Amino acid sequence: MIPWRVVPVVMLLSATTPASAMADDAIDAPLTGRPGDPARGERLVADRPKSLCTLCHTGPFPAPHLHGSIAPDLAGVGRRLTEGQIRLRVADMKRLNPASIMPAYGRPADDDPQRRVAAAWRGRPILDDGEIEDLVAYLVTLKE
Amino acid sequence: MTRGGRAVGVTAAALLAGGVAGAADVEPDARRSGADFMAPETRAMQADDASNPGMLWVLEGERLWAEPAGPEGRACATCHGDAARTMRGVAARYPAFDNGSDRPVDLAGRIDQCRQARQGAPPLARESDPLLALTAYVAHQSRGMPVAPPGDTRLDPFRENGRRLFQQPLGQLGLACANCHDERWDGRLGGAPITQAHPTAYPLYRLEWQALGSLQRRLRNCMAGVRAEPLPFGAPELIELELHLMQRAAGMPMETPGVRP
Ligand code: HEC
Ligand code: HEC
Repeated sequence: MIPWRVVPVVMLLSATTPASAMADDAIDAPLTGRPGDPARGERLVADRPKSLCTLCHTGPFPAPHLHGSIAPDLAGVGRRLTEGQIRLRVADMKRLNPASIMPAYGRPADDDPQRRVAAAWRGRPILDDGEIEDLVAYLVTLKE
Repeated sequence: MTRGGRAVGVTAAALLAGGVAGAADVEPDARRSGADFMAPETRAMQADDASNPGMLWVLEGERLWAEPAGPEGRACATCHGDAARTMRGVAARYPAFDNGSDRPVDLAGRIDQCRQARQGAPPLARESDPLLALTAYVAHQSRGMPVAPPGDTRLDPFRENGRRLFQQPLGQLGLACANCHDERWDGRLGGAPITQAHPTAYPLYRLEWQALGSLQRRLRNCMAGVRAEPLPFGAPELIELELHLMQRAAGMPMETPGVRP
């Protein structure tokens, strides 16, 4: 389950030739080895208590009056970013920007006791790899 | 931070510059009560005592203030007389240092202490209606007065811990109070305005609760929201957070009982 989280970075750091900036900025292969389902991804974004996306983001989603305003608009994200770039951002935004407020969806929260992670969520990522793939499959379709 | 700067048109660069490390308090001139973020109808409900549901608890508190309790039948009023005079400005100074426990105590904690030690009456549970009513009644006596945190230097280490806790990433989402309330108070989280987290209107009536609730209840809600285990009512850390919040709000007018959505 973990390889992409560690191995690609290590490989890039130890490579003798400079790695392309793109590779550093993306996870190119599906986390589950196969593509997700865009229709399920669409439902997941609309499922606010589960995905939490629209707590922060606006986008071409239902109930715009319940969208937050503290993250970039996701309209057109499939035009701005490649599939692999979107995958990295959803799975682990903090790898790109450690100070980002966007949670790393694909790995469990740090178990530092000061964080007081609620028992129900301890050791668990917010979404599983299949759900992240569904989101990626949906977000790449947002071209405008 | 200027209002609007963080709203919808945020750039990635602006967000990259964020993060808790450089978090600063809301600038004094930019400070605004949570009431300022509300719909006009909700503001009107708070402003008019006849329609403010929190006044029901204030009235109940007034009754309890004069009601004898404990084996010797002493009421709050037996020692403190007319609250309009003796309790004026008190809530604006809390939490305060408690010599007995060598720690800060908040207003609800002090009221319960008086009840047990001076009235010899059974304790009142945190968040119980009688304790909320008495706290609201006492805090109401400071309505309109500026928040005035005590200069007592024994409070400093506790206040400092409150400031540190405010910056601590919490829960599965790893968000700190400061991420929302110092850095993004001009934004919305889902449908709700984030606000600056000023404690000036507590205890307050929250439409969502259909009841009066304490500041600690509100803080526990925010903790649960980021999927953290909320600190238990009365926890020392909650009182330290209250100290920090009152310091951030120094000089702002007390509003108890507030109304919030
Ligand atoms: C707590 C806030 C928060 C939540 C919840 C959140 N995000 Fe984000 N997201 C951000 C912020 C802030 C950024 C800007 C990048 C940064 O912080 O470095 C961002 C950036 C992104 C980007 C890159 C957008 C671009 O144009 O570059 C994508 C894609 C994204 N988020 C998708 C999602 C999805 C899908 C979800 C839900 C599964 C989600 N986000 C949940 C705050 C959030
Ligand atoms: C993810 C964002 C977020 C985080 C993190 C957060 N809060 Fe809040 N807080 C909110 C929102 C949104 C509201 C307003 C809710 C409403 O009115 O519906 C709020 C309300 C409050 C209020 C009530 C203000 C008033 O006028 O009644 C206080 C006090 C407060 N928060 C303190 C804290 C503290 C202390 C922490 C950390 C332990 C914290 N918050 C963490 C989003 C957050």
